[in-house]
Amino acid sequence: MPFPRLADLQSLPIRPEDIVPQRINRAPSPLLASGLPWLSVMVTSLAAFSPVIASAPVVPPLAFMVFLSWRMLRPSLLPLWAGLPLGAFDDLYSGQPFGSGVVLWSAAMLAMDAIDNRILWRSFEQDWAVASLLMTLYLVLAAAIAGLAAGYPLPLVIGPQLLVTLALYPLVTRAIALLDRIRLLPLRSV
Amino acid sequence: MARPADRRPGFSRRAQYGIFTGYVIAVAGFLAGAGLLVVSIVNPQAFSSVRGAASELARPAGEAGAETRAAGQGVIAAIGAYFQAGRQNAALTREVAAARANALTMQALEGENRRLKALLGIVDPAVKPVTAARLIGSTSASTRRFAVLSAGTLQGVRAGQPVRSAAGLIGRVIETAPGTARVLLVTDPENVVPVRRVRDGLPAFVEGKSDGRIAIRLLNMGVNPLKMGDVFVTSGSGGLYPPGIPVAVVTQVLHDGGTGHLASDPAEVDFVLVLPVFQPAAVAALGASQQAAGPAPEPSEAGGSN
Repeated sequence: MPFPRLADLQSLPIRPEDIVPQRINRAPSPLLASGLPWLSVMVTSLAAFSPVIASAPVVPPLAFMVFLSWRMLRPSLLPLWAGLPLGAFDDLYSGQPFGSGVVLWSAAMLAMDAIDNRILWRSFEQDWAVASLLMTLYLVLAAAIAGLAAGYPLPLVIGPQLLVTLALYPLVTRAIALLDRIRLLPLRSV
Repeated sequence: MARPADRRPGFSRRAQYGIFTGYVIAVAGFLAGAGLLVVSIVNPQAFSSVRGAASELARPAGEAGAETRAAGQGVIAAIGAYFQAGRQNAALTREVAAARANALTMQALEGENRRLKALLGIVDPAVKPVTAARLIGSTSASTRRFAVLSAGTLQGVRAGQPVRSAAGLIGRVIETAPGTARVLLVTDPENVVPVRRVRDGLPAFVEGKSDGRIAIRLLNMGVNPLKMGDVFVTSGSGGLYPPGIPVAVVTQVLHDGGTGHLASDPAEVDFVLVLPVFQPAAVAALGASQQAAGPAPEPSEAGGSN
């Protein structure tokens, strides 16, 4: 049985393209077109400042998922070194020892590059599988680094978080696809 | 779907150099990150000022979120109370009658206690909280358990001060910025709190398990005397936490201790109190002896290792 596809669901009643009625002689705003991926990752890094004060790691690493979704959807939009600044920004809020995000996000970008060079065809299931692999490695290594910093081998408590993360990834890609359409709205008159 | 092929630079030398530079920066970023990681593991306070500035920036968002949380809980509680009004009313009436009798006994005991203390010449220093603040953020995706407080050095918050809510202990302050402070929650494995059982003063310490529960370890080995439902409060040893703050309730008895739930879930509190360090002299002496003894192999009981 094939995976249920998000593409088979009904699309949104209001499409972003309807916001801008006139399309002739118009181009996407360069600020939005190149800045929205960075902005969206940084805003989701701020998810730590949400109303939820968690006493256990329960929230999926949303910023990393958004980062990975942009990389999957538009391989050349974020430069290869984007893990350095975005990971550092995430480290400021994630509670991980500073540098953990820089290392893991940079490594994820390099890994995605290697995977892209090796695999010639893309599909939904395959993207999900690759993302699942990367997110699992990310969560396990982040927990290991946190355990190293605490000077205490942390118990493996990331199980529920990992399951939520893997299940939520297609929804995040869907949201990023919507953001991608907003990103390319022809707002600037040529 | 075929892979997008827009990475091919063609014959453009500029594009080729651009891609090459990208690789160089990416690998350099990875190595720089590894270096930063080593620095921050060796010296956890190394980047505290940057983190402090970052949480100052995010403070308005966090405060808005904290208010939403309080309002949301109020709405849910109001709806729940409406459905249970009749039953709750009857139960509460019974409880009030019982509590009134208890209160009279308590008053008598309190008076007696005061008299005995006066006889013995014990002076209770009235602990005045440093400030009251909200928890405006937490590391909800990481296995380390930190929360961000909406008060900082401007309000008198200093590193090492204990933080409590009305129901129990929340943690202690480890980093401060002008308007925010970072709190190490009780559920973090680095946080070790000396406690005693309310019933008989059995000494123990609790250690975070970072999954929302805490491990209770006994100081005396032998037959495990723990029972489900035992309540542990801070004992005051180590001089950091004032005695008598509820910390944990035992929910599972193991062969060498137990697992407990927090007395005060940080998710449910609206305001928290920052308290002054209970015995600053004791904490300072412990820190000095630790420095003289060199780096400890594991976090010390008083939590003075930060």
